[in-house]
Amino acid sequence: MQTNLSAKPALIPIDVEVNGKRESLSVEPRLLLVHLLRERLGLTGTHVGCDTSSCGACTVLLDGRSVKSCTVLAVQADGCSVTTIEGIGEASALHPMQEAFWAEHGLQCGYCTTGMIMSAIDVIRRNPDPSDNEIRAGIGGNICRCTGYHNIVRAVKAAAKALRERVPEGARKGNGVPAAPEPVGASGGE
Amino acid sequence: MAFTTLFGARIRRREDPRLITGRATYVDDVKTIGTLHAAFVRSPYGHAKIRSIDLSEAKSHPGVFGAFAGDDLARAGVKDLPCAHKMTELLVPPHPPLAIGEARYVGEPVAVVVANDPYAARDAAELVHVAYDELPAVVDPLKALDGKPFVHEAFGTNVAYRLPIASGDVESAFKSADVVIKQRFVNQRLAPVPVEPRGVLAQWNPGDEALTITTSTQIPHLLRTQLAVVLGLPENHIRVIAPEVGGGFGSKLNVYSEEVACGWIAMKLGRPVKFIETRSECFQSMIHGRDQIDDVEVAVKNDGTILGMRLRVVANLGAYFQLLTPVIPTLTLLMAPGCYRISNVATECIGVFTNTMATDAYRGAGRPEATYLIERTLDLIARKLELDPVDVRRKNFIAADAFPYTTAMGLTYDSGRYEATMDYALRAADYAGLRRMQAAARKEGRFLGIGISTYVEVCGMGPSAAMPAAGWDSATVRVEPTGAVTVLTGISPHGQGEETTFAQIVADELGVPLEQITVVHGDTDKVQYGVGTFGSRGTAVGGAALKMALDVIKQKAIAIAAHQWEASPNDVEYRDGKIAIKGDPSKTMTTAEAGFLAFMGDRLPPGMEPGLDATRRFEPPNFVYPFGTHICVVEVDPQTGQTKILRYLAVDDCGRIINPTIVGGQIHGGIAQGVAQALFEEVVYDENGQLLTGTLADYAVPRAEHLPSFELDHTVTPTEVNPLGVKGVGEAGTIASTPAVVNAVLDALQPLGVTHLDMPLKPEKVWSAINNAGGPS
Repeated sequence: MQTNLSAKPALIPIDVEVNGKRESLSVEPRLLLVHLLRERLGLTGTHVGCDTSSCGACTVLLDGRSVKSCTVLAVQADGCSVTTIEGIGEASALHPMQEAFWAEHGLQCGYCTTGMIMSAIDVIRRNPDPSDNEIRAGIGGNICRCTGYHNIVRAVKAAAKALRERVPEGARKGNGVPAAPEPVGASGGE
Repeated sequence: MAFTTLFGARIRRREDPRLITGRATYVDDVKTIGTLHAAFVRSPYGHAKIRSIDLSEAKSHPGVFGAFAGDDLARAGVKDLPCAHKMTELLVPPHPPLAIGEARYVGEPVAVVVANDPYAARDAAELVHVAYDELPAVVDPLKALDGKPFVHEAFGTNVAYRLPIASGDVESAFKSADVVIKQRFVNQRLAPVPVEPRGVLAQWNPGDEALTITTSTQIPHLLRTQLAVVLGLPENHIRVIAPEVGGGFGSKLNVYSEEVACGWIAMKLGRPVKFIETRSECFQSMIHGRDQIDDVEVAVKNDGTILGMRLRVVANLGAYFQLLTPVIPTLTLLMAPGCYRISNVATECIGVFTNTMATDAYRGAGRPEATYLIERTLDLIARKLELDPVDVRRKNFIAADAFPYTTAMGLTYDSGRYEATMDYALRAADYAGLRRMQAAARKEGRFLGIGISTYVEVCGMGPSAAMPAAGWDSATVRVEPTGAVTVLTGISPHGQGEETTFAQIVADELGVPLEQITVVHGDTDKVQYGVGTFGSRGTAVGGAALKMALDVIKQKAIAIAAHQWEASPNDVEYRDGKIAIKGDPSKTMTTAEAGFLAFMGDRLPPGMEPGLDATRRFEPPNFVYPFGTHICVVEVDPQTGQTKILRYLAVDDCGRIINPTIVGGQIHGGIAQGVAQALFEEVVYDENGQLLTGTLADYAVPRAEHLPSFELDHTVTPTEVNPLGVKGVGEAGTIASTPAVVNAVLDALQPLGVTHLDMPLKPEKVWSAINNAGGPS
């Protein structure tokens, strides 16, 4: 434990694969994974909403499983792979979960959304055909203040269906993250 | 191709691609070189004299560039935080951005440290030594009413104001009553909890002597004006940017100490200064909502007719005033009669200081309290007179043909069909079937309850004469030379989706494809002055200004086309999204073509100014009054006291609907926050002013498992208050839902004779009520 606040803490070298890219860095032992992602790697799509691991805004996948990156030290991610919201899709090639959140109006202010999407991806990895109640339990670690969760549940359900129909098991690749489908239009309209 | 209008269409939000891919930019996502990070030292006491503040050890900590206390800001001429009000008799306490001499609530900023790393700043904040002498604190507003200790000793009282509003003959009403019902309703304190806490980045440009404040705010222009006053800078040397804002709900409709302090330090040190608050700080130092004790007394005839009402609102204002603190509870008085004919009223609002964070606008802001007290009262009347709650409402509704209807409180409701909408909801819910189901369940010893809330609320804030500050809003529409259309709106959306709904309006009016339309907001250097997003005003006021600007554009485009065709403008119109000659399908011109001619400038009618753009401001002639009926069905488990919502049905009437998907989302979120107040959430201070609910582990924001799916429907009763015929919808769900849930729980407990319980209806409270119940009332 660092008790002398004036002393420069020793830096620890770590190797992390982030969104498929290997990163070698030296970090303070107390550096949180979320700060590594946001401040060192510029991946600001992962948000911070609390300081008690309660809100889930900072959820990312660590070796394919959802974690709250405010509760993981960067040094704990040494040798692991990390997937953030930036790693699953972009506007021209959305992940089915992103597509479903858009189609079902599963977001308003967007702040919890990126963590919510990462959690939901892990919910579906564990249970490809969840009931409404299973979805609600599955995203229980993520707080949304805007939507009342109604449309989020619909979105996760729609994404699960899309993934079951569109992506055969064999086509899934690394980290348990389902592969993105063919690009979909980004211009809006249903 | 046929022209399809988009007003009423469920198009996907244009905001979403950046949000779902993590490419949006919130305050903390703005990275500047050489940034200093601020950490605030906050009072650990509810009330304490500050004997001394020693900054020396913090200043010498590695990485620290400065440490400041309230005196430093005061000496530099930084003024107090503002409060906007037009109240004539009001005690306004001094409110320095950093406490001077005395701290009056837990979390009050006392000093600030800036360092080149946020970790170092927080380390150094621990090294600021503040010597406090703890003083007696008062937290309970009723105790504060009684006298000492005083939050502000100089006032010699804790009463900031008393505002009476009365009308009719209340004494006679109570004398002629068959029954008088009295009830105290405690409307507990809530925390807004946007998932993005507050954040600010201040940048000083010494060359231009200009300050840029990027902050998570709902009111960029109002904030700019206030910062100019507080910091003593010319207003045109300040730029406020509201980047992506992660939720507000009223909490970011303010001017906070942290925004002022960061701005001042950035100017002083010439370095960017950023502050991103922690969730614990957010619970302590972001405004709270509600916190009223409402004593209601109604005079009623045996048939359920309400003859008169007495109401005393004791509003806990907290220790200081934030931007709208004293104004919010007065809205409770104004809306206390709800959607009922109550012509004899005697009401009083008493605002009191306590050693707590300031209360201010939180979703609904004074109206949820009104709806709660009147809708609970209607159920108490039904219980007492053994009438159906539906029938008591029917007996007292303002009739559909009575609008515009001026209430005893002096408000004029624009339009409403309360009974028709209630009947629609009752049919949708199969109310008779629900009552049969309840009767069957009761025979089995189960506690099933049906709660109804028929609400009206006041929003579309609002006529400037009735607002603490300006109530209008603005829009600029520019048809660019290429035909792209740029909208600059004075409102500042942060989740409400106006980048989409406003584009829908433009597409319809000008016949321009959505992809060609961009809606710009939240930057005082880009957008003309606007008032912002709060009080369910974005579309009802900002959208109305947009419609006015579009009308100007269309008239000019018509004149330009008519000139090319050597026709009279009177013979030219917009038809199916194009400019066309009346009755002649052969000649058409697009808005883009007219815009290009306006840019070229050489083929315009003589004397016409070039360019195709317009700025308009809409001054609302009145508020708008959305209404509706919410029905909640619950089952209470007598073993645990746990309430489960079996069904939640909402029929809302917010006038014309531009995008039903977005309106539905607003209602969903609103209901969730209202249910949260009914069942879960409560800010708790102990008697010394210590905050006991300072983290998300203590303050029970509902998670997905705690909420049901919602059944939504609408009736549409347009308003004539604005040219779009729209009312607001951002707060309606929160205003309606709280009494629907509480009425349902009390209805479930009816066989036990439990008539009232105060919120939140946590299992322990309900379980105790069940176990202490005497029997049927």
